[in-house]
Amino acid sequence: MSDPANTPPVQAGTADDASHWWRIVAIWALLSIAFDVVWLEFVGPHVPPGRMTDTSNGAAFDFNVLIVMSVPVMIAIWVYMVYAIITWRSGRGGPEPVGGERARGNRRIEASWITITTVVVLFLAGFGTYELVQPEGAGGGQGPTPLWTPASHTVLQVQVIGQQWKWSYRYPSFGGFETNELVIPDNTTVAFHVTSIDVIHSFWAYQLGVKADANPGLDNVAFTTPTQLGSFTVRCAELCGIWHGSMFNTGRVDTPKAFENWATTTERQLAVNTALLPAFAYSYTPDANGADGGYYPDTADPYSPVEQYGATQPAGQ
Amino acid sequence: MAAVFALVAAGIVAFAFINLMSQPNTIAFTQESSGAVNVTLQSVGSIGTEPHPTWVSYLTQSPAGNWEHTTIWQVPAHTRVNVTIYQYDSGSPLRNQQLGQVTGTIGDTATLTRCDAGASQASCGAPKSFSVNDSNVGNGVAHTFSIPSIGVSVPLAGVNGNDTLCGVAPCQTGSPHNIITFSFISPGPGTYSWQCFVPCGLGWLYGNGGPMGTLGYMGGFMKVA
Repeated sequence: MSDPANTPPVQAGTADDASHWWRIVAIWALLSIAFDVVWLEFVGPHVPPGRMTDTSNGAAFDFNVLIVMSVPVMIAIWVYMVYAIITWRSGRGGPEPVGGERARGNRRIEASWITITTVVVLFLAGFGTYELVQPEGAGGGQGPTPLWTPASHTVLQVQVIGQQWKWSYRYPSFGGFETNELVIPDNTTVAFHVTSIDVIHSFWAYQLGVKADANPGLDNVAFTTPTQLGSFTVRCAELCGIWHGSMFNTGRVDTPKAFENWATTTERQLAVNTALLPAFAYSYTPDANGADGGYYPDTADPYSPVEQYGATQPAGQ
Repeated sequence: MAAVFALVAAGIVAFAFINLMSQPNTIAFTQESSGAVNVTLQSVGSIGTEPHPTWVSYLTQSPAGNWEHTTIWQVPAHTRVNVTIYQYDSGSPLRNQQLGQVTGTIGDTATLTRCDAGASQASCGAPKSFSVNDSNVGNGVAHTFSIPSIGVSVPLAGVNGNDTLCGVAPCQTGSPHNIITFSFISPGPGTYSWQCFVPCGLGWLYGNGGPMGTLGYMGGFMKVA
């Protein structure tokens, strides 16, 4: 029996270097491939926000790319750590392992490490930047003059109006009626013109992959193209007051024919009230009743020329 | 010393907890012999009592006939709910005339009975069915009754602000008022928030603070069992 105290220190990275290296690489490759295949096959198709539109599909694709690239990095660290703990651990009463001598100042290891991390980070930066704006601005609000516009020439304009604490929607192509229902047609590019008539809200149509701030007096445009029929939820994503949590509703994607029927029927049903609404505009200037940022009633300017977001104040008031 | 500190801290925590957890009473409505549920509310320009006497508010009439300062009630699921609102507040043009549209009620209509001449209820005008209230004419719209998640929204016509209006709730029908009635079908079990969408919080930023943001005044919950 040897005396542990007189056993020479274990030199990590000597004769067995290559075999250790290839074992670690093999374990890492197997685990990474297994994880990525399982993820892409069973989890990937279900990652949020779903596949209802081209923009939500883009978001889900980005999420999957990030996962299948980042998890192997994490696995590499874990595999190396566990391998090192098992292989190079010190025996009870044995000498402390001596390691790192071969790695210190090893230009090959340093260059590999820097190159790999640089390539990964630069790729993700480039990929992320590209995906941030594709397709059509990736469902994000682009302000009143969008840079990334859809290729389609047939774009349905839908105005989204936020107010404490509800959403309403105007359809300028159908006489400008305003309704609580959000219905859009399948396979048609939709331009959401998002605005507010009081405080800042955020229009978040989750399954559509659309999210755009609703600012008073500003037209914030976001595009999407539905590719599936079904319902989706709309929430406010900007804390806007006490009933913020109640500021949600449900919309749906219909076939173009069903949408046309709904829109023309609704236009007819709401015609009386539509005639009382202000003319359609991409943003409104709420003023009286405190919507200008003052108090209600606004004692300095109790009735301004613009009432109820743009309409002319009735004579005599 | 430490014991006193702990006692004071516990007292502060208990006070905050009790205040945060307290809420108005829940009034449970049951089906009448007709199979429907009758809910009667009133909206007043000022509640007239502490702690916020100047705040605008809704009140609910209990099945026993008493007016209670609460906006939380319970109704059975999938049942016709007949709502009657006695509206005692003055109106104004709507910030968004879209709220002048009646939605989500049976037939997408409501009925308005004007009793805003300061006369008794017996001298009220004839009930009129309406689906749109043009808030830019007449006395405008005082409030809305809206349950956003099920699409119910009804504008409540205002009374003439130059009249002597009721200032202390519960208001009696001798004061100028309008009566608005409508019906809707209650949804499945759950808790649904309802509220007024007219920014009627006098003196609050955007008119949406104070009573607009306090349970028991211009918003509440409909519990469906």
